[in-house]
Amino acid sequence: MADLHLPPTLPPLFGDLPRRLEIDAATVSDAIDRLDERWPGLRDRLCEPGPALRRHINVYVDRERAGLDTPLEAGSRVDVIAAISGG
Amino acid sequence: MPATLLLVGTRKGLFVLESDDARRDWNVRGPYCEGWPIYHAVHDPESGAIYAAAASEWHGAAVWRSGDLGETWTHSSAGIEYDADGEKISKVSSLSVAHGRVLVGAEAVGIFESKDDGATWSLLSSLQGEPGSDGWNDPGNQPPGHLGLSATMPHPDDPSRFWAIVQGVGIFETTDNGASWTPRNKGLRRDWPPPPNEEVGFCVHKLVMSPTDHDRFYQQNHVGMHRSDDAGQSWTEITDGLPTEFGFAAAVHPHDRETFYVIPLDPGHARCMPEGKAAVWRTRDAGSSWQRLDDGLPQQDAHLGVLREGMAIDTNDVPGLYFGTSTGQLFTSVDEGDSWSEVASYFPAISSVEVAVLS
Repeated sequence: MADLHLPPTLPPLFGDLPRRLEIDAATVSDAIDRLDERWPGLRDRLCEPGPALRRHINVYVDRERAGLDTPLEAGSRVDVIAAISGG
Repeated sequence: MPATLLLVGTRKGLFVLESDDARRDWNVRGPYCEGWPIYHAVHDPESGAIYAAAASEWHGAAVWRSGDLGETWTHSSAGIEYDADGEKISKVSSLSVAHGRVLVGAEAVGIFESKDDGATWSLLSSLQGEPGSDGWNDPGNQPPGHLGLSATMPHPDDPSRFWAIVQGVGIFETTDNGASWTPRNKGLRRDWPPPPNEEVGFCVHKLVMSPTDHDRFYQQNHVGMHRSDDAGQSWTEITDGLPTEFGFAAAVHPHDRETFYVIPLDPGHARCMPEGKAAVWRTRDAGSSWQRLDDGLPQQDAHLGVLREGMAIDTNDVPGLYFGTSTGQLFTSVDEGDSWSEVASYFPAISSVEVAVLS
């Protein structure tokens, strides 16, 4: 199970979505699919057609910059970060 | 007693204001939609729902919906996308609701429709193949954020007939629900070289239809205000008497086809009301003459801008007018624009104002 951390802008869009949860997935993309199954529409908030991560969404796996194809291992820490921008 | 509902879309979420039919005191709620930048919000008189077109820098574009006048919200972008190898959606920016469906205009150019109360969407038309379409999604032609399908205007009686504005290109009409289109820009003026197809290449900022005469249109253009008496098939300029030819917002009287409102702005980079003096301008004779309306509006150091969806008019017997500025002030008039009150001073930058009278 990977340890998934989500940005604070995401849970208010999906009711009971927590900031942190454990998820069983082989890749970052799989993890997002698992979330989308439970909270429909969530994939659209992180990815655009292609598919690709949205421009201002960054994912790190065990502190390394990751992409949708990055593999996950048991105990991996996955941080989904909304870019520091705006004002 | 009927309630009046104002939907104020801002750079940091949607605000909902309510008043009674006197429209003097307003209760403000919001911001809604998690503070996403709102480009346009509308009320559906049939279902009572509010829809808001929004685009988050982080989480993309979506249409928000509330079935309880703003208390709770859902959002969806399911189906608002082009093929994986096609254009990208950078924002959804214009809504219309009629005949049991919602239309939203997008950038890159496209019209998406929902027939299930905004839960899912499908591409109705991208107008590909129409004059100008070979270049209108090219960011090299204009900066990103300045392209797109900036408005749809349904025909009140014919679900298959509506008009669309492609920003910087012009008006197109369909009578077969988007299967085919006809440019409707005859008689408009441009201050720049024409494109290869001279039926397009016009910068239409705002298009409105008289509720009492569906052949009477008005528009605020980048260069001039214009009137049509044949549902957009030809246009006559009515700018004479106004302080500038430039502006974004426009409104037509709900009961009098000859009365039309605009907010002229300086056409340069600032795009604010001229000389720092706020005013709305009204014609009561279809553009033959204009009156400046500034009673109650600031007349010193008021460098206010109003965007294309920034002015609305209600349907009361003596209609109220409303406009919001890109610096966050909201002004209202309950006497057809003769006098004005500032009802909010510190909203985020306002991108849209719409009004609904609830029974």
